[in-house]
Order: sequence, then structure tokens, then C-alpha cells
Amino acid sequence: MSATLEKGVRVLKEVIDAPIASYFSSCVHCGICAEACLFYTETGDPKYTPIHKLEPMRRLYEQEYTLLGRLKKMVGLSKPVTDAELGEWQELVYNSCTLCGRCSAVCPVGNDIVYMVRKMREGMSASGNAPDGIKGAANRTVTIGSPMGVKLPAVKAQMKHVEEDYGIPIPLDAEGAEYMVMLSSMEIINFPEYLGAIAKIMQQAGKTWTLCSTAFEATNAGMQIGNSDLARVIVSRIVEGAERLKVKCVISPECGHAYTALRWEGANLVGRPFTFEVKHIIEVLGEFQQQGLLKTEGMETDRLTFHDPCQLARRGGVIQQQRNLMNQVAANFVEMPDAGFMNWCCGGGGGASAIEEGEELRLEAFKKKKSQLDAVKPDRLVTACANCRIVLEEGLEHYQMDIPVVGLTEMIAEHIPEKGA
Amino acid sequence: MNEMQFLTWVRGPGLDLAVSIFLLGVVWRLVEIYSLGRKKDLAAPRNVPGASGWHTVFRRSIPPEGMVKRSPVSYIGGYVFHIGLAIIVFLFVPHILFIQSVTGLSWPGLPSQFIDLVTVVTLAAMVVVLVDRINKPVKRYLSTFQDWFTWALTFLPILTGWMAVQHLLLPYTTMLALHILSVELLLVFLPFTKLFHAFTVFGSRWYNGKVNGHKGVPV
Ligand code: SF4
Ligand code: SF4
Repeated sequence: MSATLEKGVRVLKEVIDAPIASYFSSCVHCGICAEACLFYTETGDPKYTPIHKLEPMRRLYEQEYTLLGRLKKMVGLSKPVTDAELGEWQELVYNSCTLCGRCSAVCPVGNDIVYMVRKMREGMSASGNAPDGIKGAANRTVTIGSPMGVKLPAVKAQMKHVEEDYGIPIPLDAEGAEYMVMLSSMEIINFPEYLGAIAKIMQQAGKTWTLCSTAFEATNAGMQIGNSDLARVIVSRIVEGAERLKVKCVISPECGHAYTALRWEGANLVGRPFTFEVKHIIEVLGEFQQQGLLKTEGMETDRLTFHDPCQLARRGGVIQQQRNLMNQVAANFVEMPDAGFMNWCCGGGGGASAIEEGEELRLEAFKKKKSQLDAVKPDRLVTACANCRIVLEEGLEHYQMDIPVVGLTEMIAEHIPEKGA
Repeated sequence: MNEMQFLTWVRGPGLDLAVSIFLLGVVWRLVEIYSLGRKKDLAAPRNVPGASGWHTVFRRSIPPEGMVKRSPVSYIGGYVFHIGLAIIVFLFVPHILFIQSVTGLSWPGLPSQFIDLVTVVTLAAMVVVLVDRINKPVKRYLSTFQDWFTWALTFLPILTGWMAVQHLLLPYTTMLALHILSVELLLVFLPFTKLFHAFTVFGSRWYNGKVNGHKGVPV
């Protein structure tokens, strides 16, 4: 057994807990999970059945944690997990799984399959079987500070632009602010309007907020790759920043996995509960809306639909807020089939969009989104995740669909009247 | 061994042995699985009504929207044979009498003609589910020896029981003995195969509901 395989197996053994044991023991091979997974529905290839993506981990569970499995192993009747096998499984555990969690929502015996995929990635990563694309992103986040290599000067330049364009100061390292706003590299590079939108919204709501010079990047490729050590380093930075600035709440940007990493995994990664709250920007906007702090004027009149980012909705529990916000500024808001809790993934979540060799499959899986869109024929598509946005744009372009994609926060901000006007 | 001796054995030592293995097996497996425990979730919970382990234990018995259409045989066949099986096992008068003889507990049963009908429907549903397993690429792909074996383990007690009652093929005594033997085999293998989902289904649904309920997501 190679050293890396040994490490991978050890990590896998460590992550197997009672829920996983229960899930493996409950599976009846009914195949219903496949019907929920866009990689199966769009390709028809049974190897993309969610539970099958965990086969090496299942065997390991059986061999290590069950009496019968141990007996079988002793007499040499069981098939050990090998390097080659884990290598082969890379495509199944990463390229063809976006951690969207639809499978976990339908399994009749109640298996939380995505929970297991997340854990299996720990073993894959430890055994050196994670895809280079996400590995690179994770390493850049740790060494440079962001997956796309964005450094503080770039953020500062961005701040300056926004200050000039909007005439609103962007606070940096303001101690005691109520909110600490996180960004994703994707936003810094591709969607600079986001920062301006935040500035306008916060100003109108009369809230204090700040960016943090030591923690501005929220995306966590360490979590996507399944390396808890890296994920912890990335989260710790944010925790330290938030605690140093004594903020009440850290706002996750329009990025689904950043939200999951910070909101749901963060405290578990650092090993203690947070001293501050974590909210997705859409949750914060929802609160402002309820408190009457979000006043907009005018309506979008073209036909709009909303793509729920998996980590925000199904995996994060934020479902109604985005709809209420849409209704405030969109006169012609239509829902796609399966929208909300059971929305279909864009095909690029969970780090999948960083995997070059997965592109063909991703575009194939995008047919699901295409059919959802074809059902309502919107003029524009609104979402609340910079990663979804990029993946959606790629897919739309590939299928020659002329549907611009916009971020919800920016769209809301556009309707906030200029101050003093 | 003549048929009377055979029947006596399956009713006596055979049954004792099977029930012992079953009970020990169930306890062993439950301990083996749930003693692994899990880490406490340190993220601040979001409390939403309807999002909890218990909710999911019940809610998962109802198919999520649109899923029946995508996998009709699994759902309809699954319902029919699970409910059918429960009716046969717990509401057939001779079964109740047997349970009473062992535990002292008793309850009213259903007329045997009705049980007959349920049995035929259940057997048919199981055949349909089997055909689906052979035909449907995903199911065939997932299937291992265990899937075929456990299907037979479940099918045989129903078939032999029905044949015994109908006096088909073999003398009643022999068929009854075979029926009891097949039940014993089922009991012996249940804890160590996928049939154990009969127990772990509750734990699995509960964990899923609990973990997602922590996030305020009713699953
Ligand atoms: S839906 Fe659940 S029980 Fe059915 S094959 Fe998938 S994991 Fe197994
Ligand atoms: S989490 Fe989503 S992509 Fe991954 S296996 Fe489940 S349904 Fe498929």
C-alpha cells in the first residue's frame, strides 16, 4: 500500500461515523437517488448514481466496521480499496458531483448521500486523488489569499473605483462595525458592481459595515476539495478578522459554497462556536426588507426568473427571502419548474466548475437547466451566487441561449434611489 | 426425517436457533452502527418548524413531488409490497395466534379471503419489482448477489405460506414446514444484509432530518 493510499484510508476510516454506517446499512439499491441527480438524468449513465459514487468508502466501512466484513477480510474474501480505484473514482466524487444535495432530499430510506460525498472527499484529498483544478484553487487561497490569486491591492483598487463611481466611502478595518462584508474573487474580478451595491444598500439602511484587510475572500476551496486542514486555515482567517474587528455579523457574499463553509462548517472546522453571526447577503437583505430598511423605486418589467443556488436554498435553508426580494423589484417574475427547495444545480457547484476536464460533462448536465429555462422562457435570469452565474453564462453561451444573468443584490441596489435625489 | 419430524424441528429447535441469531444479530448490528457516534455540530442552529429528525422519519414515507413519475415501479411496487407484507405478517389470524403463543399479545385479524387477496397482490408486486430490477439500467447496475438473494429470502415465505394455505403442490404439513423454514432463513439473514434497513431506516431518516434540520431545512 502506498503512503498516500494509507493516509487516504486512514482519513476515510476517521470520517466514517454513525450516520454513514446507518446510511450504508440502509441502502436498498432502489436507484431513486439517480433520478434526482442531474449527472444521471442528463447522461443516462448509471455510474452517476449518487450512492455508487461512494462505493470505495462503503467497502471500507464494511471491511473495517462490521463483524461480517472483518471476517471476510480475514479470510481474504473482500476486495481492498486501491490507489487505482480511488483514481478512477475522482470523476465520480468531484466532476460529477456538485454537492447539490438533491439525492439526499429524495432517498426513501433517508440516506444523506451528499453528507457522505463531502466526507469521502476528505479521503480522496488525503490520498492525492483530488482534481488539480480545485487543488490549485485551494492552495492559492491558502498562500495568496484567494482562489483566483486576488491580493489586497486589487481589492483596494476596486474599493477606490467604487468610491469614485458611487460617491460612498468603503470602510476598511472599521472596528466595531455591525457587519463585516466578505467578497468572492469572482466578484472582485468579474462582478465589481457587487461592492457598489453593498455600499448603497448599507447606506440606505443606515448600518455600519466594513471590509477586512486580512480576510476579504470568502470562497473556501479547501472545503470543496475535502481538505479540512486547508478549509480550517481559510475559515480561521475570517474568524480572526471578525473577532479583531469585533463585528456582530459576517456577511457571506453571493457564493453558495462560501456560505456553507462559513455558516455551517466554519465553527466545526475551528472547533468552537463563533462569537459572531454569519448570514448570506440575501438573508441580510431579507431582514432589511422586513424591517422597512430597504426602499426601492421602479420595477423591472421584463420576464425574470430566479435560479436558486443549491447551497443557499436546499443546503442552506434560505428560500423565501429571494422570492420576496424579487417581488419587490420585478413586475414579471416567473418560477421555473422545481424552483426553490428542489431546484436543479447549475452543474458547477462544489468546486466542479474549477475542474477543466469536467467541462464536457458539465455542459451535458446543463441540459437540465436548459429545460427548466425553456419551460418559462425568461428574458433574464437572476441568481445569487457568483459561481452559478459564471457556470450559467457558460452553459447559456454553449447552447446559444440569449439570456443575460444578473445578481440579485445588484439588481436590488439599482432600484435604490440616489441619496439626496 | 419424515414431514412430521421436519415440522417439529422447524417449530422447535429450528425456530429457537433462528430467533436467537436474529435477536443477537439485530442488537449486534445496532450497536456496531450507532456506537460509532457523531461529532457535535457547533454551528449556530437555525430553528424552523418541521425541520427535525422526527419529522423526516415520517415525512420520508411520502414521495417527494414529481418522484413517483420518475420511478413509478419503485414507489408503487414498493408501497404495495411493504404494506402487503405488513398486513400478511400482522393481520393473518394464524400469525396472530402464533405471536400470542410466544408473547401473550393478541389483536383482531382480517378474514382469510382478504389476506389471500393481499398475498396474491403482494407476490405480484414483488415480481414486478424484480422485473424492474432486471430491466432498469440503474437498478441492474447497482445490483449485487445480495439484491437477488434478499429478494428470494423475502419472496419465499410469502409464496410458501400462500401455497400451504391453498394446499398447492405439496402436502400441507410439508409446505407449512417449508414456510416456517423460509421465515427462519429470513430472520437469520436479515441483520446481515440490506434487509436490515427495516431497522436502520429510522436511524438514517432521523440523522438526515437532524443534520439538515440544524440548518433549518426540512428534508
Ligand atoms: S435512493 Fe437511497 S436506498 Fe435507493 S439506491 Fe439511492 S441511496 Fe440507496
Ligand atoms: S449531491 Fe447532487 S450532484 Fe452530487 S450525487 Fe447528489 S444529486 Fe448528484
